[in-house]
Amino acid sequence: MSGLATNLRVVRALGLRSIRQTFRRPQLMAPILVFPTLLLAIQTGGAGSAVDLPGFPPVQSFLQFMLAGAMMQALMLAGNSGGIALAVDLEMGFVDRLFAAPIARYTIVLGRLAGTAALGLLSALWFFAIGIAFGAEIEGGIAGAAIAVLLVTATAMAVGGIGSAIALRTGTASVVQGLFPLVLVVLFLSSAFFPVDLMIEPARTIAEYNPFSFIAEGVREPIVAGIDARDTAEALLAIAAIVALGMGLSARALRHRLRVG
Amino acid sequence: MGTAAIAVERLERSFDEVRAVQGIDLEVDEGEIYGFLGPNGAGKTTTVRMLTTLLLPTGGRATVAGHDVIGEARAVRASIGVALQEAALDPLMTGRELIRLQATLQGLPGREGRRRADALLERVDLADAADRRVGGYSGGMKRRLDLAAALVHEPRVLFLDEPTTGLDPVSRKTIWEEVRALNDVGTTVFLTTQYLEEADQLADNVGIIDRGLIVAEGPPAKLKAELGHPHVRLQLEEGSIATAEEACARIGRLLPPVDGRTVLVEVENGAADIPRVVRALDEAGVAVGSLELVHPSLDDVFVAKTGEHLEGDEEGGERGALTA
Repeated sequence: MSGLATNLRVVRALGLRSIRQTFRRPQLMAPILVFPTLLLAIQTGGAGSAVDLPGFPPVQSFLQFMLAGAMMQALMLAGNSGGIALAVDLEMGFVDRLFAAPIARYTIVLGRLAGTAALGLLSALWFFAIGIAFGAEIEGGIAGAAIAVLLVTATAMAVGGIGSAIALRTGTASVVQGLFPLVLVVLFLSSAFFPVDLMIEPARTIAEYNPFSFIAEGVREPIVAGIDARDTAEALLAIAAIVALGMGLSARALRHRLRVG
Repeated sequence: MGTAAIAVERLERSFDEVRAVQGIDLEVDEGEIYGFLGPNGAGKTTTVRMLTTLLLPTGGRATVAGHDVIGEARAVRASIGVALQEAALDPLMTGRELIRLQATLQGLPGREGRRRADALLERVDLADAADRRVGGYSGGMKRRLDLAAALVHEPRVLFLDEPTTGLDPVSRKTIWEEVRALNDVGTTVFLTTQYLEEADQLADNVGIIDRGLIVAEGPPAKLKAELGHPHVRLQLEEGSIATAEEACARIGRLLPPVDGRTVLVEVENGAADIPRVVRALDEAGVAVGSLELVHPSLDDVFVAKTGEHLEGDEEGGERGALTA
């Protein structure tokens, strides 16, 4: 079996373990779907007339607008959970089992990210199901939904890369867990929950350059308007930047861990 | 370095100012069980982590199965099985899932991995519990599972880091039997332990490490023999200790007394000298409460080399007690 095929088998096996682990530990699974669903229900129920504000982009409903935000929140939590799970593996010594095996060390991170990506995919499908069930139209049709699902899945993986890097560097689940509020800050300072044009300074400027705004727009556009190649491309570029950051930091943290033990 | 299963030269590891391992040398032959003894914090686990490529040395070099632990780390990892101090098991996985995952990590094809996983679960008597989550296993079951996982690719060299720490005597004996069985088929075993009896029972050679330095190395029997002859330990019931010492001094060399009612006398011929000791005391009118023949133990070796007792020595010395 070639080296690549072996590594892919390892990534698949570790990814499956990661998914099983999430489903077997409800405290990991619940926040990923439950919190964003609750927030979606509260926001659409309580602030639904926001769509009437001058400058609010034309949408069918606030629920249709908010679906992207809920997916973004879920994927951020999935990425954070992935980091926590890796840190728990480090704390209990499970990662030593992986380090002591003749596998490429990047497969350890990729395996974890494969699981995170699967959670991202699940959350995207979950919110599409909720949106459709409550009357939201998907303007981009099946192709548009597929693009949104793809972007959410890839972003979950990218965010998971950063969570993994922090886990590898610190080796402590509580530190990764402590980043949860930061996840929300990053999201609230993006266009995930509110249009950038209606924000006030300095949030507006921050949101304009926040890579998560580009991703949120890339996910939202196929839902509220239809497929837009430019929005999709910008979202992919933003994801690529986060992936590069996460992978770079993870590689460094892996080397550091081997040096310090 | 030749074809030893493990060869270590001036291996060092420092953590900032702390020199956890201070330039050790050791050699383990193919098919040998090597017991690495030392108290907590002596440098045992740090050494194992370097030899298993989990930690980079800060000095010296080491080869395992003929491969350099730094330059050929992946080849080392393909040749070794590792069961670390705390059984690194995911409590949410089942035993079967864990061993199958380990087979994948070792590059075994799916069908072969599944076959070996099932066979190993049977071998370590976990077949019935194979589909239960590891979180519900007892300490002994976890250790056996960890050992089985380390064996899935039939490694040439097996590292066991304190494999029986915290286990009950029955579970400990089960692990010992398994280690012996593995060694019988040619597997080299590098075993760290705090238990003297474990090293004595299993190891062909032991290395004693203290404060990052190897203070003694060799077959257990040779190390103990180097300390001298066994001694008789007498607990007096009646009569003066001076009289008892005078009588015993005619039989063998007196050792420093431990208290006012105990006499220690070294005997060249071991048990064969006991009747002479008893006769001499009887003729001197000394009544003995208890008498025991004490052979030098690995703890005595440790004390002789470091001045301290080894932690975790639950078994004490090796005594044949005769109570009057």
